[in-house]
Amino acid sequence: MLLYILRRILIAISVVAVTLIASFALFYVAPTDPAGVLCGERCTPARYEEIRRSLNLDEPLPSQVGNYFKGLVVGRTYESGGTTVECEAPCLGYSYLLGQPVTKLFAQAIPVTFSLVLGGAIVYVSVGLLAGVFAARRRGTLFDRVTVGVSLILNSIPYFIVALIISLYATFLPPTQYTKLFENPAMWASGLLAAWLCLGLANAASYTRYSRGSMIESLGEDFVRTARAKGLTERKVVYGHGLRAALTPVASILGVDLAYQLTNTVFTETIFGLPGVGLMTLRAFFTFDLPVLMGGVLVGSIALVTMNLIVDVLYTVLDPRVRLS
Amino acid sequence: MSEQVTNGGTAIRRPETVSRAARSREANPSGLEPYLVVRDLEVTFPTADGPVKAVRGLSYSVPLGRTLAIVGESGSGKSVSSMAVMGLHNPQSTRISGSIRLGGHEVVGMRQEELRKLRGSTAAMVFQDPQSSLHPYYTVGKQLIEAYRAHHNVAKAKAAQRAIEMLARVGIPNPKKRMGDYPHQFSGGMRQRAMIAMSLINDPKLLIADEPTTALDVTVQAQILDLIMDLQRDFGSAVVFITHDLGVVAEIADDILVMYAGRAVEYGQVNKILGAPLHPYTWGLLESIPAVSGEPARLHPIPGAPPSLLAVPSGCPFHPRCEFREQVQGDLCRTETPDLIPRTADTSRTSRCHLREPDRVFETTVLPRLP
Repeated sequence: MLLYILRRILIAISVVAVTLIASFALFYVAPTDPAGVLCGERCTPARYEEIRRSLNLDEPLPSQVGNYFKGLVVGRTYESGGTTVECEAPCLGYSYLLGQPVTKLFAQAIPVTFSLVLGGAIVYVSVGLLAGVFAARRRGTLFDRVTVGVSLILNSIPYFIVALIISLYATFLPPTQYTKLFENPAMWASGLLAAWLCLGLANAASYTRYSRGSMIESLGEDFVRTARAKGLTERKVVYGHGLRAALTPVASILGVDLAYQLTNTVFTETIFGLPGVGLMTLRAFFTFDLPVLMGGVLVGSIALVTMNLIVDVLYTVLDPRVRLS
Repeated sequence: MSEQVTNGGTAIRRPETVSRAARSREANPSGLEPYLVVRDLEVTFPTADGPVKAVRGLSYSVPLGRTLAIVGESGSGKSVSSMAVMGLHNPQSTRISGSIRLGGHEVVGMRQEELRKLRGSTAAMVFQDPQSSLHPYYTVGKQLIEAYRAHHNVAKAKAAQRAIEMLARVGIPNPKKRMGDYPHQFSGGMRQRAMIAMSLINDPKLLIADEPTTALDVTVQAQILDLIMDLQRDFGSAVVFITHDLGVVAEIADDILVMYAGRAVEYGQVNKILGAPLHPYTWGLLESIPAVSGEPARLHPIPGAPPSLLAVPSGCPFHPRCEFREQVQGDLCRTETPDLIPRTADTSRTSRCHLREPDRVFETTVLPRLP
C-alpha cells in the first residue's frame, strides 16, 4: 500500500513536470510577445531588451525551463528596476506587473480558494446526500418527483445566474469579505457564507441526482435484501448497508469536482470579489503576466493530480475489493 | 414511516386473516399445526403495465424436521412466495393476501417491527448468489456478528465467539482468522458456507434456501447440499428448498411442490411424485433432464416459454404448451382452471390437471420416453 502511494506520488510529480514543460513550450511558440505587451505602446528598444532579459526571454527554451525548475527547488534572484530581488524556494517567478514574487501571491490566494471550495463542498455534499437519500427511499412519491424536478431546473440554470441572484438578493446575509481563519474564525465563516451558499446550492442539484441514483441502485442490491433478511432495523439496512455502498461512486465524483473547483471558481470569486486563485489567474491572463500564469498552471496541475491521488487512495479505503496487498 | 399507507391494505385484510386463523384452529383442535402453514397466498405487485399477480393462491405446509422442495421455472413464483414468508416484500407497494402462519403466528399483516424480530431469528433465508448477497465492504465476521446482535443483546466479543463457532460448524477452516476476511477473499463455496452460517446463527426454526447451489461449481454444489441436510438433522428445523433441479430434490427433500405461473400444479411426497408424476408439466421437467448414463439422446425441452404474468393463459395456464391437451374432452383446458385435488386413489398427493387417469398416461406414454 505504502509502495503504491509512493509510486503514485512519483507519477504525479512527473505529470506536473510534463505539464510545466508543455506550457513553457506553448508560451514560447505563441505569437504574442510578452515583453512587447509589458512594454506598452511607447516602448524604447532599450526598455524592451531589459524586460526580455528580466523575463529570461532572451535565453533558449531549455535554459528557461531549467532556471524555472532551479527556482522551484533552490530559489533564485531577479533584477527589478536595478535592485536585486531574492526569491526563495519554492520560487514560482516574479511578477513585474505587481512587483511581487509569484509564490507570495499564491500563498495569499490559495487559502481564499480553499476556504471557498471546501465550505461550498460541505454545503452541497450534505444537502445533496440528504435530499438524494430521502428521494431514493421514497422513490416514485411526490417528494421524490419534486426533488428530481427542482434539481433538474437548478441544473439547467447557468451557474453565474445563480451566483448573481444570490449576490444581488441575499442581502440579509453578512457582506462577503475574506478574513484569515486563524485571525478570526467567526468573521471567516460569516464573510464566506454567501459564497458558500451560492457554490453549495448550485452544485447540490447534481449531488442530489448522483446520490439518489447511487442509492436507488444500492438499495436494490442483493446484500441489502440480506441485511433485511437478517432482521436488522430499517435504519441499519438503509444507512449501514445501503448508503455505505452508495457513497463510493459519489466520493469519486467529488474528488474530480474539488480538483476542478480549486482552479476554476472564477465566477464565484469574481462576483463575490474574493481574491482567490481563479480570479488571480484570470487577471494575469488579461495582462499577460506570464510568471503568474505559469504559477496558475503549476498550482492547477498540482491540485488535479493531488485530488486524483487522494480519490484513488480513498477508494481503497472505501472499497476493500480494490485494496492492494 | 408511513404506517397509514402501509396499513391501508392490511386493515381491510385483517378480519379475514383472523377468521381464517380461527378456522385453522378449529380444524386442528390439538393446536399442533405444522411449523409453516401457507394458505391461499396471493402476492400482487403494481407495475407500469398494471398489477402483476406473481403468486395466485398457494397453499402448503412444512413441519419441523422436514424439507419441502419448491420447483418451477423462472417467474413461477417460487422466490416471490418465499420472500412473502420472510416478510421481505416492500410493504408500500406489494399486496399480500391469504395466510402465512409461522410457529402459530400470522405473518400476513404483521407490523414491520414484529416482522423484523422474526426475520433472521425464527425464519432465516439463504440466497442464490453468495457473491452479491454478502456486503462487499464488510468483513465476514462483522456480518455474522451483526446478524447475531440483531436478535441478541450481547457484547461484540460474545457475538464474535458465536460467529467463530458457526463458521467452524459449516466447515470453514481456521474460522478465527477468516472472520477478518472480506467476502471477495472467500471462494464461492466458502462464501455460501459463510452465508449459511450467518442464516443459522440465531438457531432458526425455518430455513428457506433459495437456489443456494445454482451459482456454485458442480463439485461444490454437492458439499453445500450435504451441509444443509446435515445441519437440518442437527437443528431439527423446517426447510423450504427452492430449486429447478429435480436431481437435487430427489436427494434432499421429503415433499415437493411444483409451481407453474404462480400456482401449485403438483404437490406431495417426493418419492411418490418423482416416481410417478401426474402432471404434464412435471413430466416435461423430468424429460428435460439430460441422461448421464446410456446412449446419448436428444434433450426434450418443454416447448414454448413460461407465460407472462401480465397475460396468463385462460383455464389451465399450462395448456398452450401441453402436448396432452387433445386427450382432454372438449375445450376444458382452455376454459376452466383445474383444482389442486387428488387425481388417483392416493389422497395424500394432489395435482392440477383435467387429464383422466394421469397415472395410466404416465406409464404408457411418458415413462418409455424418459432417459
